[in-house]
Amino acid sequence: MSSQANGVGNVLRGRVWKFDHDVSTDVLSPGAYAIDPVEVRMLHVLESVNPAFASQVEPGDVIVAGRNFGCGSSRETAPENLKALGVACVCAESFARIFMRNAVAVGLPVLVCSGVHAAFENDDVGEIDLASGRVNNTDSGGELQGDSLPEEMRAILAAGGILALLKSQSGAG
Amino acid sequence: MGMTMAERVLAKASGRDRVTAGEFVVARIDLALLHDIFAAQVFSMLKAVGVDQLLEPDRTVVVIDHLVPAPTAEAATVHQQIRDDVARLGIGAFYDAGQGICHQLLPERGHVRPGALIVGTDSHSTSYGALGAGGTGIGTSDMVYALATGSLWFRVPQTVRFELTGELEPGVSWKDVILYLAGEFGADAAQYKSIEFGGPAVAKADMSSRLTVANMAVEMGAKFGFFAADQVTNAYLVEHGGQGSEPFGPDPDATYEAVHQISLSDLSPQIALPHQVDRVAPVSVAEGIAINQAFLGSCTNGRIEDLRAAAKVLEGKRVARGVRLLVAPASQEVLREATRTGILATLIDAGATILAPGCGPCFGGHGGLLGPGERCIGTHNRNFPGRMGSADAEIYLASPATVAASAIAGVISDPRQLEAGDE
Ligand code: SF4
Repeated sequence: MSSQANGVGNVLRGRVWKFDHDVSTDVLSPGAYAIDPVEVRMLHVLESVNPAFASQVEPGDVIVAGRNFGCGSSRETAPENLKALGVACVCAESFARIFMRNAVAVGLPVLVCSGVHAAFENDDVGEIDLASGRVNNTDSGGELQGDSLPEEMRAILAAGGILALLKSQSGAG
Repeated sequence: MGMTMAERVLAKASGRDRVTAGEFVVARIDLALLHDIFAAQVFSMLKAVGVDQLLEPDRTVVVIDHLVPAPTAEAATVHQQIRDDVARLGIGAFYDAGQGICHQLLPERGHVRPGALIVGTDSHSTSYGALGAGGTGIGTSDMVYALATGSLWFRVPQTVRFELTGELEPGVSWKDVILYLAGEFGADAAQYKSIEFGGPAVAKADMSSRLTVANMAVEMGAKFGFFAADQVTNAYLVEHGGQGSEPFGPDPDATYEAVHQISLSDLSPQIALPHQVDRVAPVSVAEGIAINQAFLGSCTNGRIEDLRAAAKVLEGKRVARGVRLLVAPASQEVLREATRTGILATLIDAGATILAPGCGPCFGGHGGLLGPGERCIGTHNRNFPGRMGSADAEIYLASPATVAASAIAGVISDPRQLEAGDE
């Protein structure tokens, strides 16, 4: 996460965990643990589709997924849980709108990149440039062009989320 | 090149002459809505970041509607916190428990203006598009930022336009139209996008119908669900807020991602089958399925027009033995009007249980939950497993007339059959 400065050098590199289409907020933040603290919630992330994920994911790993990632409810705990596990970025064919907003709000980098689902397998290493939107599979050598993140979103992510940004703004002014 | 309604709203809110789909803008928020599920949390998050006053308390509306009257001591405690915070922060527009559902109260009490940008901690904030406003749901962190700074970032969405023509047949309503569209185009048809509902059929739709449709635009993934503000809007505004409005719509040469032409003339009553809002079929497909509960209410279909449509079907009849008919008027105003016009008496005579104005069982918190294996047909907007109690219950979504006809028969029924049978 230290590479998340504004402008240049905004490149993430991490081991890939691959998921399919329509990964819902119910899977990302199961209702049974909805009101538990984040330390508990994060242990159950994605357990219904990949039971190994929560215990084996390492800080800096990235998620590659298909269409409509984060569909379902507006619960902010879904991106919060992924961030707590140290997921560096979610790169998907598309996101559910409120999930994408909430991800940026809690400081979890996201990138829309068409073709990404087919371009990666589990354990490949992905290189993601949030500023340019470029996505590399360093194992296959494949390169894709995602929708580069606009400056406004990158500024929120660089601050660590919208509340951190708010704090720094009100602290400064 | 002209602008869509989404582009016009976001251009105005960001102080620009024009914006184009795909751009990011920082936009000023005209109105922020919080309800009892998230308000206390947002207020305590505000405190945690060191903000002890709102930038514009007069642009904030707080409604206690989901858990009313408080079903548990915990809910009552949260409501207390909200009341304290509302007073501390000087928020004037506060609707306490029992006054109605947020998405009903905001239009009804004159808070929604055409062209305004409105955010709510509730996904059905798309409802305000019925009056030509850009209404959308956001999370709690975004809401904290919006309340503290008065603005928020937005990506200007692409727009899908539905050009609706033809006439609805008797017994078919705009709820059937939006269910049909959700079924035909799918739950992610308008992901990140804005929808515009237009065409000659829309011009004839009353405000209640427009609210039903805009409410469920989010069921297709939409960020906004717009109707152009026209004479119908103007009349509604005058009746509900005092001040009318100029027409507000898209530019004639606006650019759309897609335009779909759809005739409504042959549409039959529709139903969403368990457990997805876009699993839609003509009611005839589900006819004869036994039900335990029928629910008339919610921000989708809890207005006086909806109660009237149901009362017309229920008049002089009784709800089938073994079926519970629950009615939750969308607001106190709706309840008052239903009382004044005799609609309420018709519903009660038919055997309905009248609940407090509010979300009622739609939220699944209380007030008529389902046991395992039970089936409910309701006028609300979501039928995910567990939405109304047991995850093993089934929820069907339909129009007020279909719900009323089914309540009488005890099985899912086409309201047109009942009317035909009477003659
Ligand atoms: S009536 Fe139902 S959908 Fe509408 S705001 Fe209340 S809980 Fe949400």
